[in-house]
Amino acid sequence: MKKIMLVAALLSMVYLASLGKITPHPYSQKAIHADSTKGLDPETGLVIAKELDMVKAQCTGCHSSKMILQFRASREGWLERIRWMQRTQKLWDLGEAEPVVLDYLSKYYGPVKHAQRRQPLSNIQWYKLNK
Amino acid sequence: MTQKRRNFLKKLIGTSAMSVLGTEIVFSNNMPKGYSPVILNSLDDNALEMLKKNKEMTILSDRPWNVEAPAHLLDDEVTPLDKMFVRNNGNPPENIDIKSWTLTIEGESAKTKKTFTLEQLKKQFKQYTYQIQLECGGNGRSGFVPQASGNQWSEGAINCAEWTGVRLKDVLNSVGIKDDAVYIGYFGKDTHLSGDPKKVTISRGVPIKKALEDESLLAWAVNGQEIPLMHGYPLRLILGGWPASVSGKWLEKIVVRNKVHDGEKMDGTHYRVPLYPIEPGGKAPDSDYRIIESMPVKSVITYPKTGAMIDDGKTLSLRGHAWAGDLEVSQMEISIDFGATWQKVSLQKPKNRLAWQHWSTEVKFPRKGYYEVWAKATDAKGIAQPMVIPAWNPAGYLNNSCHRIAIKVV
Ligand code: HEC
Repeated sequence: MKKIMLVAALLSMVYLASLGKITPHPYSQKAIHADSTKGLDPETGLVIAKELDMVKAQCTGCHSSKMILQFRASREGWLERIRWMQRTQKLWDLGEAEPVVLDYLSKYYGPVKHAQRRQPLSNIQWYKLNK
Repeated sequence: MTQKRRNFLKKLIGTSAMSVLGTEIVFSNNMPKGYSPVILNSLDDNALEMLKKNKEMTILSDRPWNVEAPAHLLDDEVTPLDKMFVRNNGNPPENIDIKSWTLTIEGESAKTKKTFTLEQLKKQFKQYTYQIQLECGGNGRSGFVPQASGNQWSEGAINCAEWTGVRLKDVLNSVGIKDDAVYIGYFGKDTHLSGDPKKVTISRGVPIKKALEDESLLAWAVNGQEIPLMHGYPLRLILGGWPASVSGKWLEKIVVRNKVHDGEKMDGTHYRVPLYPIEPGGKAPDSDYRIIESMPVKSVITYPKTGAMIDDGKTLSLRGHAWAGDLEVSQMEISIDFGATWQKVSLQKPKNRLAWQHWSTEVKFPRKGYYEVWAKATDAKGIAQPMVIPAWNPAGYLNNSCHRIAIKVV
């Protein structure tokens, strides 16, 4: 009974979502991975990929997908937010879905390198200044 | 797998989905009963209209609602309701009955416990009206690199509206405050996004000294009207100049504490920043964080809207507002040469303490080309806005870097 059956669940979600029209948030267009040739899911604005169903099932119950679309982070960064939601916001143990969700989030919503006004200083060689 | 678990999974079969599809549905191993991942992601063209918000407002999230104003919408001296930003942490309460709504004051440092109806508050205490600036602690978060999580506010999570209510200190004094009182904390009637009725969404507070200031209000009206649902109807705590999350909405209880209030979102990286600057993307131990109190000095250019093209030789009028948390703004300057030179502009006094201040000026550009107007406010203590992004912090608070607009002289 480990297998997760999502198809039916998703059909119901699509049905229910079709009751309301969704426009993707401007942030959803921001730096979406080149892989996203398959386009965006009209219900959520999330990138269409094989893990999408799982992500929709696990991540859009409490809040809008826009909470996700606004964020970009590494796998560790996403995991940190998931752990935070588990600690403080009643998010359940994702079990076997966790790596699937993390694969998706880190692939399509990974960190973006962009300079805003000034690049952060990089390649800093820390040293102790004597006297 | 245990029998208990199997039963639990069985219960997961959603009846509504069942009737739609006539199929057995098992969502996932660990989703609680009653949970359905229905996407009520209702961001459609009507959302802003439904919220009675200006069409040009930006929706950052529709569940919970997080909506901000582009800078040029903040041009009014007193922010109209349809241009006030919304930062909700959970779902606003439903079916509010204004007649039975009560506010309770209690806590270990309250001398007694008292409950007031709205009518009693209005009748028993003197009423005051103040213009109060409220800014989200995360306003400007989108400027941080690496990105900080949470709503990616630009400039527009700020407003200054006119609030009417009674002084919190008058109400607290009528209940009695013990000598050991340190802090107050609030509780509101909003519900947690998970749907768990026992889970508190947000319960923050301020030191007793801030609570007892003249401008600290228990408000039932804004701009002469009932407070809109999104902004805390029917009763809201108003504590200007601090992260707006201390101005609790849908207010039903205030606790007078003998220690720093330990409610939801008073800990961790919630509205807290490291005691010392850390490198971008870095970490600090939990014990090295402080709660954000007064917001830093900041300003916004509300006219013209960025992207204006003007004819060579023409004079451009500019205006906006400036504010500085608990303090007053003492000087306002603009630069049209990327901060190389600054010119002082005229700055009005605040209408009352904790109101934002209006500034205006005119500029001439030396020749055709692309310009940026940068705006810089300095507070009464001589502290000015930085030109670049200030100290990075994990949750992306307190970005008060100068606002910039683009101008083309053609
Ligand atoms: C049980 C409810 C629940 C579920 C399910 C849930 N979240 Fe959240 N999440 C929350 C709450 C509550 C917040 C805070 C909302 C706020 O402050 O406005 C939040 C905030 C966020 C944020 C913003 C983080 C921040 O620092 O404010 C991100 C990103 C996010 N969630 C991603 C996800 C992802 C990815 C999933 C799926 C693994 C998920 N959420 C599933 C409850 C949930």
